[in-house]
Amino acid sequence: MEFGPHLMLAALEGAVTAAILALTAMGLSIVFGVMRVVNVAHGEFYMLGAVLAWWVATVLGTHPAIGFVAALIIAPALVGGIAMVADRLVLKRVAYDADRTIVATIGMLYIIQQTTLMTFGPDARPVEPPFNTRLALPWFEWGENGFAMFWPWGLSTTSYKLFVIAAAAVVLVALWLVITRTKAGLLMRATQQDSETAQAFGVPVGRVYSLVFGLGAGLAALGAVLVVPIQQAHYLMGHDPLLLSFIVVIIGGLGSLPGTVIAALLIGMSDGIISVFFSPTLAKIIATLLVALVLVFRPQGLMGRAQT
Amino acid sequence: MLEVQGIHAAYGQVQALYGVSFTARPGEILCLLGRNGAGKTTTLKTIMGLLPLSEGSVSLEGEVLNLLSPHEVPKRGIGYIPQGRRLFPELSVAENIEIGLMTRGEGKDTRDWVLDLFPRLRERLGQAAGTLSGGEQQMLATARALCLRPKVLLLDEPTEGLQPSIIALIRDVVLKMKAEGIAIVLVEQRVETVMAIADQAVFIENGRNVDAMSAAELQADPGKLKAYLGV
Ligand SMILES: Nc1ncnc2c1ncn2[C@@H]1O[C@H](COP(=O)(O)OP(=O)(O)OP(=O)(O)O)[C@@H](O)[C@H]1O
Ligand SMILES: [Mg+2]
Repeated sequence: MEFGPHLMLAALEGAVTAAILALTAMGLSIVFGVMRVVNVAHGEFYMLGAVLAWWVATVLGTHPAIGFVAALIIAPALVGGIAMVADRLVLKRVAYDADRTIVATIGMLYIIQQTTLMTFGPDARPVEPPFNTRLALPWFEWGENGFAMFWPWGLSTTSYKLFVIAAAAVVLVALWLVITRTKAGLLMRATQQDSETAQAFGVPVGRVYSLVFGLGAGLAALGAVLVVPIQQAHYLMGHDPLLLSFIVVIIGGLGSLPGTVIAALLIGMSDGIISVFFSPTLAKIIATLLVALVLVFRPQGLMGRAQT
Repeated sequence: MLEVQGIHAAYGQVQALYGVSFTARPGEILCLLGRNGAGKTTTLKTIMGLLPLSEGSVSLEGEVLNLLSPHEVPKRGIGYIPQGRRLFPELSVAENIEIGLMTRGEGKDTRDWVLDLFPRLRERLGQAAGTLSGGEQQMLATARALCLRPKVLLLDEPTEGLQPSIIALIRDVVLKMKAEGIAIVLVEQRVETVMAIADQAVFIENGRNVDAMSAAELQADPGKLKAYLGV
């Protein structure tokens, strides 16, 4: 394949990675932004989303589409519910203290991971995509005969991958509308800026925290449900999303929603492109290097504000 | 009527209040006085339920407030204007007001009423609160608390660091609220203000009551007030 079409293929793969990453990192970012909690268990909520998606799809799996749609709704809701319980049982009791919540979420990480190993087992299990048509993509070139369109061999994607990109975009826009345009979003933003004063104006800060923690975990789970027809569910699959989400959140600026999306695009696209042309390892090395540079030269992140 | 009876409170292990008592009556201004670190802010925070009290009680019209969840306290009709204003800096003026309105489910009438008290805010509804001038921020903090249509208003040094014209505006609004029958607890360091508007003054030191004076006693012996305020 020539360079142009090859780059387009790599960019499409990168866009799928970026879409999933944007959802997952957004969850981490919201939880940190509102609650000031660094959720080390975030990747396990992602993994739990994938595993529950497999479970729901298997139990209800008369037709792949029915199983998948059910998983898309049930798995994030269940994971969100589990996270809300974890918030009440654990985070609330350590009073959302910055250091103790890190230790507490490390504990959650192992509990969730090992429980999954004991029940779901060590095998990777697939979920069938609801639809998966292969779509050939055209390429345009300005040649001797003027402007021409042709269909390079191997330049194709699947309808499911395009669906993942579109679904992530829809969810992110919806989330942004909820945060900026609704009463619930206003309460979240007020709590984020000054939780004590919010409480003095009747905001049930404890309930806001529970919902935000559930929402953050639910977003990770949603990303995982979308990815599981491409990648399979496995009890150790939470590791990479956690690392990449941290990278995205640091580069984008802690708690900044536009920054998180931009950084997810940057990391996801470069991950896709570098993996295709060079190697996945090089992609991770470059992402990590980027974090180091951001931490040195712009510690507040691309879109974050300096802490005052 | 807001009754504060012998409250003790602590920041973690550090005890700050050792028995503060007073009664704020509707249509009266109670000035809470004391030097820096005496426990004035802590007293107001404890009334709001932001700090748990270990002894004593706070009640409004007979209902014990300190048994409620903290976020229920303002819903009973207590408007709080914290020291340093504590606006939501990245929310717009309109959104800061909206938060105040949501506390007790107040609507457009109340919004118009507070914006008529502070017309300057009406011109700045879309602006982020953190970018307002100091005087405008104090207006917004006051407006936000009045959005509750409160029975009790707690003001913590509302005129700190402001120019005289704004001080006069805030004082006018406080007097209007007194006339509306709101019980007002005002933490204030300026002798002239206290002399001019207090119906009673309560002095605290090291987290305890040390003295109390009626308006008449204040007028009769201004020297005592000056001594307590350290001026
Ligand atoms: N967050 C806190 N943690 C620990 N101790 C505190 C905290 N806030 C206040 N204190 C202590 O509680 C005591 C009372 O403080 P408070 O802020 O109530 O004083 P104040 O009378 O409002 O003073 P000022 O006139 O300076 O506002 C002080 O000794 C102070 O150091
Ligand atoms: Mg104070």
